[in-house]
Amino acid sequence: MVKSTTTTTTTKDAQALLHSLCSAYTATPKNLKIIDLYVIFAIFTALIQVVYMAFVGSFPFNSFLSGVLSCVGTAVLAVCLRIQVNKENKEFKDLPPERAFADFVLCNLVLHLVIMNFLG
Amino acid sequence: MGSGSSPTMSSSTTTTLKPDTSIFSHNFIKTLKLKTKQQELLLRVTILTLVYILAFITRLFSVLRYESMIHEFDPYFNYRTTLYLTKNGFYDFWNWFDFESWYPLGRIIGGTLYPGLMVTAAVIYWTLRFLRFAVHIREVCVLTAPFFASNTTLVAYFFGKEIWDSGAGLVAAALIAICPGYISRSVAGSYDNEGVAIFALLLTFYLFVKAVNTGSLAWSLGAAFGYFYMVSAWGGYVFIINLIPLYVLVLLIIGRYSMRLYVAYNCTYIIGMLLAMQIQFVGFQHVQSGEHMAAMGVFFLMQVFYFVGWVKHLLNNAKLFEVFLKITLTSTIGLGGIAFGLGMASGYISPWTGRFYSLLDPTYAKDHIPIIASVSEHQPTAWSSFMFDFHILLFLFPAGLYFCFKRLSDTTIFIVMYGLTSMYFASVMVRLILVATPAVCLISAVAVSATIKNLTSVIRTKSKAIYTGVAKGTASAKASSKDHSPSPVVDRRNLDRPKTFVLEKTLFDQSLPFGRNVAAALLLGALYLLSRYAIHCTWVTSEAYSSPSIVLSARGANGGRVIFDDYREAYFWLRQNTPPDAKVMSWWDYGYQITAMGNRTVIVDNNTWNNTHIATVGRAMSSYEDEAYEIMRSLDVDYVLVVFGGVTGYSSDDINKFLWMVRIGGGVFPVIKEPDYLVNGEYRVDKGAAPKMLNCLMYKLSYYRFGELSTEYGKPPGYDRARGVEIGNKDVKLEHLEEAFTTSNWIVRIYKVKPPNNRW
Repeated sequence: MVKSTTTTTTTKDAQALLHSLCSAYTATPKNLKIIDLYVIFAIFTALIQVVYMAFVGSFPFNSFLSGVLSCVGTAVLAVCLRIQVNKENKEFKDLPPERAFADFVLCNLVLHLVIMNFLG
Repeated sequence: MGSGSSPTMSSSTTTTLKPDTSIFSHNFIKTLKLKTKQQELLLRVTILTLVYILAFITRLFSVLRYESMIHEFDPYFNYRTTLYLTKNGFYDFWNWFDFESWYPLGRIIGGTLYPGLMVTAAVIYWTLRFLRFAVHIREVCVLTAPFFASNTTLVAYFFGKEIWDSGAGLVAAALIAICPGYISRSVAGSYDNEGVAIFALLLTFYLFVKAVNTGSLAWSLGAAFGYFYMVSAWGGYVFIINLIPLYVLVLLIIGRYSMRLYVAYNCTYIIGMLLAMQIQFVGFQHVQSGEHMAAMGVFFLMQVFYFVGWVKHLLNNAKLFEVFLKITLTSTIGLGGIAFGLGMASGYISPWTGRFYSLLDPTYAKDHIPIIASVSEHQPTAWSSFMFDFHILLFLFPAGLYFCFKRLSDTTIFIVMYGLTSMYFASVMVRLILVATPAVCLISAVAVSATIKNLTSVIRTKSKAIYTGVAKGTASAKASSKDHSPSPVVDRRNLDRPKTFVLEKTLFDQSLPFGRNVAAALLLGALYLLSRYAIHCTWVTSEAYSSPSIVLSARGANGGRVIFDDYREAYFWLRQNTPPDAKVMSWWDYGYQITAMGNRTVIVDNNTWNNTHIATVGRAMSSYEDEAYEIMRSLDVDYVLVVFGGVTGYSSDDINKFLWMVRIGGGVFPVIKEPDYLVNGEYRVDKGAAPKMLNCLMYKLSYYRFGELSTEYGKPPGYDRARGVEIGNKDVKLEHLEEAFTTSNWIVRIYKVKPPNNRW
């Protein structure tokens, strides 16, 4: 009896949570939404690789690592870019978005050059 | 702008640096009409240049006193590999399988070394060659460490500027340029990983702090590259990969989490980790070994933190957020725990290595890994060596910590954490004083700079009317300090001080109750202390840290210098008189030198990767001759080399190291028991020594024919000067070996292993 009520409240809470999250998210600027999509795609790709690794095995370990780290790195760098171009973040007021993007491109370049070397 | 005339100005500054500053700057104002800011910049550049040069030349004692040569043990291996690299190119170096060491196992050089040092030296060499400077590679190797020490002073300046202000930066640069703790590993000829690694360490920290302060991806990328260089140069990179996550964790706990921190840490971690994996020797350790797991854990923690913060920002609703927090926290902690447990249980994440344990628990090595405990630089640090290596910095360090706590920021928290952790490690292992040195110098620089700034501001406030009088007062203080120290460092450090005060006179602390005279006296005292520091550092460098240990020097009876060049004599004998494929057995300390200088194959060397192999050699050395002969036959040994100091009184010889051979041998082969070599727990070589001691191979080889030799006037023949006793077994007979060569001072003795006797 008690148990069922608690579970219903948590599911209700979770629903309310999701709902308010969705409504709040729609207010985000478009460029940030694009970055979010990119991040989600990268994380998703990383997850697919991890699942594949779980089934097939991680034999060329450097290839697996470079694949996953490429995705993770991309995602993290994109989140950094998102932080820097977000106008609500007062810490990065002085940083123009062009500079942020240039840094982002530079980091990605280095990241993927290293990954190409590591891919084997 | 006076930028056009700046080259001429700087040259005039260097020449007129010694005279009174106030007059000097007055002249400037009159003649060149420089603004204060430009003057300051000019002074700063001049001071830095002089510190840069000083850091280089103070490390050249050994070159002047002996000759341009490589020191100690490990540098010989580095030199040999660098030689190979410059001769055969990078790919051959990377795939090099060395047949000359660890006979019969061999060693994969490319996969078992940190190539940063060799590649650095080779790049310098190639650059110089390209510029048509016909240098020998040995000169480059000898001067690599001083060159990087100079570069470290620059990094220290910028780091100090980031922590406190440019004044502190200059003091830090000057302090680190001559700090004995750093000089001990970076004199000319000490061609070892640490020489470039400390530069890389400080650079990585500086770039990371800069990244945290600005939140810029470019600085984080720089930090990642600094980390890569560090990983390529020295195994001490583990300190970075644990200190930075620890720092981030502390910031999270005390509530200083920021977006800048997120950007800096994540970018540095991901790219740094990927870059580090390109070094063969490090390989997959970043995702597999327990020592690197803290960084990964903090990485995931940061993601969770960011995500939670983002959702909180999005929701703007306390109650809903609480629900969300509950869900995410339980799931992440659960998932993380399961993943870590699975990794540990399946053996995917390797447990911590012995060296790491011995850092956390100083008594661990003594009980479990004698090979680590046997190295003298792995011993816990004595107070005297702290004093020796840091001098006044040891007292300034807590004062600097106080100032850092008073002005708490992300940067000062970092330097405080770096200082405290490295101080702990320095007290666990002598050689890690080196890692603590930059932190100690930086924090002490904060103390010096802040104290002196406060004192002069006191002087300044009391006498605002006589503005010029103050400048003269400090100038006279300078002059008096000059009397104490012949070294130019102090003068230079003094010079920058009045400069910064002029600019930052708004920063004075009014609560100080000192009168002007007290402040002046204190200022004088501080300058006196600093000049003592400069004198101490020069003395230590000259006396303690500039001996190559491959050439020994002693004072003769008439006070003159006596040089013992026995090591090189022996190695050249090996090179000239033994077959090219001869195998030499010696204790592992001399392995690198024998391969590098003697060009002969060795059984074990200083890369102590195979404990069993070393234990076999230890067992041979501590067995009776016929047993040892069997072992040597099985290892194909042609020559045995022992180091013996009984004639010269050289105390770090094989007889004094012998108990470690017994311990390491006994650790693998229980037939060797330490008590057999001791009498009532006492180690002795005279008549009262244990019978097994008197007849083991090491004793016989060291003291063969020594009983006939009179070493000291008024003593019986066979008097061992290193241990101060008459030896117990003067009639040493060798059955399976014969003496092949003994150097002029008997320091190195080489024996040939005879072929087996004919059976009939």
